[in-house]
Amino acid sequence: MSQSGDSSTALVAIRGVHKFFGSFEALRGVDLDIASGEKVALLGASGSGKSTLCRCINRLETIASGSIRIEGTELPQEGKALARLRADVGMVFQSFNLFPNYTALQNIMLAPVHVRHQAKADAKQEALQLLDRVGLADKAESYPGELSGGQQQRVAIARSLAMHPKVMLFDEPTSALDPEMINEVLDVMAELAQAGMTMLVVTHEMGFARHVCDRVCFMDAGQILEQNTPDEFFAHPRTDRAKDFLSKILTH
Amino acid sequence: MEIIRSNAGVLLDGLTTTILLTVLGYLGALVVGIVVAIFRVSPIAPLRAVGTVYVEFFRNVPLLSLLILVAFGLPDAGLLLPLFWCGVVSLIASGSAFVCESVRSGINTVSLGQSEAARALGMGFGQQLRLVILPQALASMVQPLVNVLIGTLIGSSLCSAIGISEITNVTQQLNIKYAEAVLLFLVSGVAYLVMALGSGALGGVLERRVARSSHQRRQVQA
Repeated sequence: MSQSGDSSTALVAIRGVHKFFGSFEALRGVDLDIASGEKVALLGASGSGKSTLCRCINRLETIASGSIRIEGTELPQEGKALARLRADVGMVFQSFNLFPNYTALQNIMLAPVHVRHQAKADAKQEALQLLDRVGLADKAESYPGELSGGQQQRVAIARSLAMHPKVMLFDEPTSALDPEMINEVLDVMAELAQAGMTMLVVTHEMGFARHVCDRVCFMDAGQILEQNTPDEFFAHPRTDRAKDFLSKILTH
Repeated sequence: MEIIRSNAGVLLDGLTTTILLTVLGYLGALVVGIVVAIFRVSPIAPLRAVGTVYVEFFRNVPLLSLLILVAFGLPDAGLLLPLFWCGVVSLIASGSAFVCESVRSGINTVSLGQSEAARALGMGFGQQLRLVILPQALASMVQPLVNVLIGTLIGSSLCSAIGISEITNVTQQLNIKYAEAVLLFLVSGVAYLVMALGSGALGGVLERRVARSSHQRRQVQA
């Protein structure tokens, strides 16, 4: 099969992954490859398993069976090896999860200094550059409580980037935002995509999936039902579930 | 009042012993309790089990029973501690169970997303606790920890039962001698009250300071 050929080159290779919450099977045999530099959108209704899949990739959720490899290496079970792997996988959460006891600048510097053992001065300089990149150069000394949701999420993206991740996971990054703040975050993500970052984006932003992503995966009931280029997927969904999903969200 | 005046020396000695028992017992309980709390939230299941058993045992055995077990049981096991230290050890064992639960409940007030974000950045368990979780948990731990301090102070009166000459024990001795229970226990009662109120006030100051520093963090705007 072509898939096994792909897995040697894929940055993230997911094979036959099953995941249970109690007796509920959240993931029912998921296969997915993400090539280096590729931007993949994960679409689907609530409860379809897309966030769960995203969280399995850095093992915030454990899997019952199957395999997840990053650069050909199986995800470590726990301990230092897992921490090392997570340092290379950026994650942006729906609820931002900035550390409220640190300033924006300190949030970004924390992991480079304590996990990567980078010199403070270097980490600070890079953090300031990252803040500038996400358009928040003037907010370095602000605490998360003083920032709007959109600003917090942009700091959270900068915080992940400071670790120089090989891949970035976005778990519904704009779902908790007021409508007028969604675009400032999507703009930062689009810029990141442009710069060549490998990205997996769980999202309900169809415009972003269509214009920024290389590939769309549609999930339903714990499986990937359909994968295609965004243009093909939105113009000619193949499965009834995808047609139904698109008709529900695109009519308004 | 003549009784108090003529026995001021022994009463003061008793008071000093009470304070020593309380301070040593509480500091020990803080150290042990924090370690046990870390056990109880650690990702390693056997450590969690040890922590749980420790807490459930020492929290649910009366301090008086502990004191007697330590004072009369340890010598049987070949360990002869001075009585004063039997008291300190018992207060540490009992207090640490309550410190553990105060620290753990403080940790639980910090949202799960915080530790997920820390883990996603590659932090180990110790770094998560030290850099992210504990600084945020501190504010909600102050009052429960002051309660444990007062509990240790009040509990230290039970050390009289194993013959440590702390203030309650001294009071009992004087009562046997003078048969002035009301007066004598009024005096020692007031001593406990003043010390407990002082601890509570200290806790209030600490809590305000912790709250102020986190408030300042929100106020400092470049």
